[in-house]
Amino acid sequence: MELSQMTALELSRNIRERKISVSDGVESVFAQIRKKEKKIHAYLDLFEEDAYKRAEQVQKGIAQGIYTGPLAGVPIAVKDNICIKGKKTTCASRILENFIPTYQAEVIDRLEQAGMILIGKTNMDEFAMGSTTETSAFGVTTNPWNTAHVPGGSSGGSCAAVAAGEAYMALGSDTGGSIRQPSAFCGVTGIKPTYGTVSRYGLVAYASSLDQIGPVGKNTEDCAALLQVIAGHDQKDSTSLRRELPKFGLTSGEDLKGMKFGVPEEYMAEGMEEGVRNTFLASLKLLEELGADVEFFSMKTTEYVIPAYYIIASAEASSNLERFDGVKYGFRAAEYKGLHDMYRKTRTQGFGKEVKRRIMLGSFVLSSGYYDAYYLKALKAKAIIKKEFDQAFEKYDVILAPVAPHTAPKLGESLKDPLAMYLGDIYTVAVNLCALPAISLPGGLDGRGLPVGFQMIGPCFGENTLIRAASAFENARGTFPSAEKGGIKI
Amino acid sequence: MKQYETVIGLEVHIELATKTKIFCGCSTEFGGEPNTHTCPVCAGMPGALPVLNRQVVEFALKAGIAANCQINQLCRFDRKNYFYPDNPQNYQISQLYLPVCHDGWIEIETSAGKKKIRIHEMHMEEDAGKLIHDEWEDCSLVDYNRSGVPLIEIVSEPDMRSAEEVISYLDKLRCMMQYLGVSDCKLQEGSMRADVNLSVCEAGSGVWGTRTEMKNLNSFKAITRAIEAERERQIELLEMGKPVIQETRRWDDNKESSRAMRSKEDARDYRYFPDPDLPPVHISDEWIQRIRNTQPELREEKQQRYQDELGLSDYDARVLTESAHLAALFEKTAELSQNPKKTAAWFMGEVLRLIKEYGTEPEKVCFSPKHLARLICMVEEKKVSPANAKKVFEHIFDEDTDPEAFVREHGLGIVQDADLLQRVLQKVLAENPGPLSELLGGKEKVFGFFVGQMMRELKGTASPEAVREALMEEIKKNRR
Repeated sequence: MELSQMTALELSRNIRERKISVSDGVESVFAQIRKKEKKIHAYLDLFEEDAYKRAEQVQKGIAQGIYTGPLAGVPIAVKDNICIKGKKTTCASRILENFIPTYQAEVIDRLEQAGMILIGKTNMDEFAMGSTTETSAFGVTTNPWNTAHVPGGSSGGSCAAVAAGEAYMALGSDTGGSIRQPSAFCGVTGIKPTYGTVSRYGLVAYASSLDQIGPVGKNTEDCAALLQVIAGHDQKDSTSLRRELPKFGLTSGEDLKGMKFGVPEEYMAEGMEEGVRNTFLASLKLLEELGADVEFFSMKTTEYVIPAYYIIASAEASSNLERFDGVKYGFRAAEYKGLHDMYRKTRTQGFGKEVKRRIMLGSFVLSSGYYDAYYLKALKAKAIIKKEFDQAFEKYDVILAPVAPHTAPKLGESLKDPLAMYLGDIYTVAVNLCALPAISLPGGLDGRGLPVGFQMIGPCFGENTLIRAASAFENARGTFPSAEKGGIKI
Repeated sequence: MKQYETVIGLEVHIELATKTKIFCGCSTEFGGEPNTHTCPVCAGMPGALPVLNRQVVEFALKAGIAANCQINQLCRFDRKNYFYPDNPQNYQISQLYLPVCHDGWIEIETSAGKKKIRIHEMHMEEDAGKLIHDEWEDCSLVDYNRSGVPLIEIVSEPDMRSAEEVISYLDKLRCMMQYLGVSDCKLQEGSMRADVNLSVCEAGSGVWGTRTEMKNLNSFKAITRAIEAERERQIELLEMGKPVIQETRRWDDNKESSRAMRSKEDARDYRYFPDPDLPPVHISDEWIQRIRNTQPELREEKQQRYQDELGLSDYDARVLTESAHLAALFEKTAELSQNPKKTAAWFMGEVLRLIKEYGTEPEKVCFSPKHLARLICMVEEKKVSPANAKKVFEHIFDEDTDPEAFVREHGLGIVQDADLLQRVLQKVLAENPGPLSELLGGKEKVFGFFVGQMMRELKGTASPEAVREALMEEIKKNRR
């Protein structure tokens, strides 16, 4: 099999069986990067030299029995809001253009302990605010299936890299769908874990109560293996859970007999593209054929999820982004008169439009006189939404949903109407508000040959239920074509 | 002229004596090269996260329970958002909605008698760093060593009516915190800071005036002066028919006056909201009970016990308990010497005298109780004269010297050697034939002269009684 077509688990197995070397895997990634990166622009920074050095180290480590895990030797890309010691961490923002942390995220420590190879930092929407990767201060990323389209966002770089074979897997972060939506647009698989499963230490915060780091990979099994590496309690993150971790993945050949799936009928409302609707309905049918019960039910809080999400996320963001002020690190305006002018000019020049919009919105909803009317009300709405999901999970093992009402839009189409862009998050944000795990995997292609994602949402700690259902679905669906085979040739 | 009443409430910040900061493992030690007690968390680096130091909650609970507060068994941290470079995140982690303690009181005593001052709330928060303005280079530098040092803010109700009450309240708080071991409460080093909210109103009118908040008060003296000055300033305005403006003012102790910093109109909107990085803190019944059970004896109880059990006077008990540190030293010494009254006398006399003479603080006294206890016993056992004991004690106070060894090495012990006494006696008598004949002639006055001479020869190592006795014996012998 061609090296770049292998899954991460296959690659590592071949490495550990001495059929190929760790450097071979690294080389296959850099070969793809040389071929495609000019067009795709998935990366903001590449560590080619380090990666080969590290490959030698890992090769020795595997021989010495230090790295025995199923992902040893696998090259991985990291979203640029996750700190790696000594490497630029920009969050795709001018304001952190030259920021190099002296510490690193807990997840990076864990990748290193698993013997994985860091390839580079991937492009994203600035501070993870956006759904297209177009709000990046350092250029857009294109969709490997059709470079006239966006890869989705905010983890667009991570998903495009995996889709283009420029990485075997990647880390993304998901605050309101930022792993699942670009995974859907790029025809790859991504998991948003239960809140608190993966440490946030070293993840530059967008909305602390909603952010989770998660895996992006070529299929469910790969994502499960990566989740196993990064999950676990971390005392540096007070919101990290002391949950007993299962072995993520399949126990045996599973069927779906007796499993109950619920579909909120409100999700089928107008506004969904034809291609998305057809693929979604076909996916439901496939599950039924596998012996699952699929039934529609009403989720009455659906219309409140977007306002609640944007109020809470923006409120937290407005505070989280206060530390970027030109005083300590990052960008500072060249000319200013006094402290307040320095703050104003640095932040005016350092932040992009979408980030400023959310800072303004968040500052507004927290202002005295508006706090009760907006922020507190949003928290109450969140509690009610959570209750409705809890009730649904008393009846269903998994809730099914599309990932987005449409497939990847064309470049330049989305930012003109931010409100419409926000409404596109309808199927993803409730998962973050309710701390739930969810998986996005390819369901099919639309009429234009663009991937359509399929989303499974589980109850808290229900990752393995999702992995079981998603794997069964994958098997029935058959191998999904890669962007190279299925997409428009680039 | 109308009679005015002053209404005062205080906001007191107390730096807690934890070894590490409130949300990271950095040292809280005062001093240190700039930015050496820092890490990504307390320097506000992107991606760093706070982790609560449980000791801070423990100390806050100790303080709250001592001040008769209610405890919020589910308390939470909130972010107070404002931009200033001493605050690396541009928000301070504090408590607004659910502070750890609320609705308590402490009792103060002034010349007018006892009075309860109600505590509105106590909350935990982090301190900010320090800005250093380099006028020569025309730039500002920031030191984050203090950033993240834990504080409790104690907010009183507006129950005080005079500077005397304010000072008594602060003294009471300081003493309480020192007894609890939660803070050293040094105003000069900034580990205790007070902001004064003050308004005046016509006596008996029951209608309170507009208040101002006074900041930058670095000593009890400055607080007293600021209260007097602000009271007068407000009365003057009212007498002229002008309104008092609600504002924050900054006290300048050199000029003995204050100036306005910001008015209510441009008061900041801090956009408080619950910190999503920190889960709520659950304080169990068991935790509270454990703290209640292990609360140290506070000053009032100690004072009473010194009178009841050790038989000390009201005055001595009061003075000896003023400093928790000194009281602990006293108790240990009294226990070792088995003589509380004599020990009290030493503390009331010599210890306090030396503290005053050296201009030091009671907290800095650090001799070993066993050394003073031994010295007290040596005096009782007549191994050293009271006069020499005082000299020995100066060395104990200064260098924590072992009295036994010191007395031995310097020959300060009381001479038990009858031969030596006789030799010295004969020498003194031989050298002073004139006074001797006067003595033998019955002139009692010269008796004192000979005692003095002998004591000098013996360098104070003999007890005056022994010298006197030997001399009497000699006179009797000679008369016979």
